[in-house]
Amino acid sequence: MSGYKIHLLVCGGTGCKASLSTAVVENLNHEIKTQGLDDFAQVVTTGCFGFCEKGPIVKIIPDNTFYVQVKPEDAREIVEEHIVKGRKVERLLYHDPDKETIVSDSKHMNFYKKQVRIALRNCGVIDPENIDEYIARDGYKALGKVLSEKTPEEAIKLIKDSGLRGRGGGGFSTGMKWELAAKNISDEKYVVCNADEGDPGAFMDRSILEGDPHTVVEAMAICGYSIGSNYGLVYIRAEYPLAIERLKTAIKQARDYGLLGNNILGTGFKFDIELRYGAGAFVCGEETALIHSMEGSRGEPTMKPPFPSDSGYLGKPTTVNNVETFANIPVIINKGAAWFSSIGSEKAKGTKVFALAGKINNVGLIEVPMGITLREVIFEIGGGIKNGKKFKAVQTGGPSGGCLTEKHLDTPIDYDNLIAAGSMMGSGGMVVMDEDDCMVDVAKFFLDFTVEESCGKCAPCRIGNKRLHEILEKITKGNGTPEDITRLINLGTVIKDTSLCGLGQSSPNPVLATINNFMDEYTAHIEDKKCPAGVCKALMKYEIVDENCVGCTACARACPVGAITGERKEIHHIDTSLCIKCGACIDRCKFNAVIIK
Amino acid sequence: MSNIKVELKKPDVDKIKEICKSFNNQPGELINVLHKTQHTFGYLPAEVQEVVARELNVSVAKVYGVVTFYSFFSMIPKGKYPISVCTGTACYVRGAENVLDEFKKNLKIEVGETTGDGMFSISCLRCVGACGLAPVVMVGEKTYGRVAPEMVSDIIKEYTNQK
Ligand SMILES: Cc1cc2nc3c(=O)[nH]c(=O)nc-3n(C[C@H](O)[C@H](O)[C@H](O)COP(=O)(O)O)c2cc1C
Repeated sequence: MSGYKIHLLVCGGTGCKASLSTAVVENLNHEIKTQGLDDFAQVVTTGCFGFCEKGPIVKIIPDNTFYVQVKPEDAREIVEEHIVKGRKVERLLYHDPDKETIVSDSKHMNFYKKQVRIALRNCGVIDPENIDEYIARDGYKALGKVLSEKTPEEAIKLIKDSGLRGRGGGGFSTGMKWELAAKNISDEKYVVCNADEGDPGAFMDRSILEGDPHTVVEAMAICGYSIGSNYGLVYIRAEYPLAIERLKTAIKQARDYGLLGNNILGTGFKFDIELRYGAGAFVCGEETALIHSMEGSRGEPTMKPPFPSDSGYLGKPTTVNNVETFANIPVIINKGAAWFSSIGSEKAKGTKVFALAGKINNVGLIEVPMGITLREVIFEIGGGIKNGKKFKAVQTGGPSGGCLTEKHLDTPIDYDNLIAAGSMMGSGGMVVMDEDDCMVDVAKFFLDFTVEESCGKCAPCRIGNKRLHEILEKITKGNGTPEDITRLINLGTVIKDTSLCGLGQSSPNPVLATINNFMDEYTAHIEDKKCPAGVCKALMKYEIVDENCVGCTACARACPVGAITGERKEIHHIDTSLCIKCGACIDRCKFNAVIIK
Repeated sequence: MSNIKVELKKPDVDKIKEICKSFNNQPGELINVLHKTQHTFGYLPAEVQEVVARELNVSVAKVYGVVTFYSFFSMIPKGKYPISVCTGTACYVRGAENVLDEFKKNLKIEVGETTGDGMFSISCLRCVGACGLAPVVMVGEKTYGRVAPEMVSDIIKEYTNQK
């Protein structure tokens, strides 16, 4: 990034692209050209800035001006005002809803203040399709350092000492995992990057691959050198076309620069990377299933041991690591183990990327030190709950996790604390729920997911989850009995204890966690036949409030099944036996006369 | 299996053979071969699977097993404008279910089906990672963000008018 006085960074992540950021780039380029500023200002398409709620984002360097929700037609004003006249375009700046002030640069936004960016260090900063920009930010320095200055043992020791634990869910020590594979003697070993990112609501791996693909390429080569492997594979979801393209570009550029291939940096070390595509199966994120899928078979998991580090891809020793785990490696090598382990909490070092989603003001991707509290994440960085509603729960760990409530808000976040609180870290999805979410329905939603995604190989997961789902269905339809709770708990416990892989072993968690934390909601559904949040349709009853009804007949005309009767100017009535609870009457009534009970 | 009978013409068979060959007819490349084949033909009917099996020297059962295991592979043709509703957690809490229901009601088909005129099909996606725009709907390559049930008929109209 040299030569130019001003850089306009435009987010080219999936979210912002969907809101037309490509057209923003085109228009900015066009304006810069017409104004004759070609040598002065440059537009760079970067990876994700994280602040997806307000995308598309345009950030101006060097003054860090942060424009939000930029539309293609705003390009002219940005160039004419900001670039030419040096005046910020106020209406596009971020408005801090708390202080009702305008924040002109990213450093002063609550969203960024508490973040520490290691894995995401280059996302939203460099052009991911340009290897020179990665190199300018210390890229491939760690690989050079390891190849020329360190033995594989020393490299592994460094990673071990840093305390880095896997970011893909399990939280196993990365250094230890590498050591196990390194110890195995074999003619061929494999490095696998798990980019399957199955947890719906998590998108950090995608953002890293889109925003900084070279970091993964570099880290995989370092891993290869450390464990004695010459061959890397990235298993990536087919649903991520942009990440696939960027990764392919990065691999090609690295080959051209001699950073992948037969004689890397002239050291004689040989390493190359290939891509393998997922095809839409959640269980393939589990490492043994992933390996079977890479071999061209159904992605069914197998018993461990043997662990992949002993017998993995094609039966050879294989190290499987997550994208975010890899993204930490080059920085650890460059800055040292002591530096890394000074960040974070006692048992979890470094940072974690979380995807904030759901009923939260600032949806987006954040990276925070381990040990931060949920309160800080949700209310300071996340900006609190949407529309001033009340916080109810945050779901972490995806379909394998549980939910955390009010009482957990001040718990420091790390692997062990989350498990103790009845949830788990998982890959870092955090879906926030408010008073309008029904926790029984949420549990059913996740079971829906598990039933769909269960590979069917083992009976507890295949049959058990289906039964759990049926019981939940029965409760949300208003047919539940008090014994159903005991059934859910017993069956859930058996599924956890007897399933073959991590999918089944954790699938009842959302049910058990909601029973634990929100028993009152289950009771309301079962005993009172009511859904307090007003989500479960079968338990809703539509009624007309006599005092409010003016007899305008609008609701009766809107009702598709003729369940509403009443003469003009007279109070109307809903026949609940005919009502299908479609809500058309509520939408139509101007007098708040239709209510849900 | 699906009851749609497909007659493969010689150029089609040649095309499949070519795809298999580009992966050196390696059985381990089955999933990549299927990706590419589906990309070319739009779906993977039994007849296509038979050719793939023969070329890679694996059983048809193995190919069928793989095709039915992964939700990305389809044995029926998708609509000209395939509609995918994201049903990831973030979209779910922001009301994806109601959007999906509206599409089903509007087009009178279920998830996994295609309309009689071959124009639309509906499927569910698990998270495209654009959670900031939840609920998200994709029609072909185009992404619609913050979709509300009221917007559904307009989205559909955009395509029916193009006929
Ligand atoms: C059902 C299931 C799904 C999983 N999905 C993923 C995933 O999408 N991405 C991932 O990195 N790890 C996933 N894992 C964890 C992997 O099995 C494995 O532990 C991880 O890739 C190891 O990398 P790490 O040590 O760097 O975290 C999943 C595990 C289970 C049981």
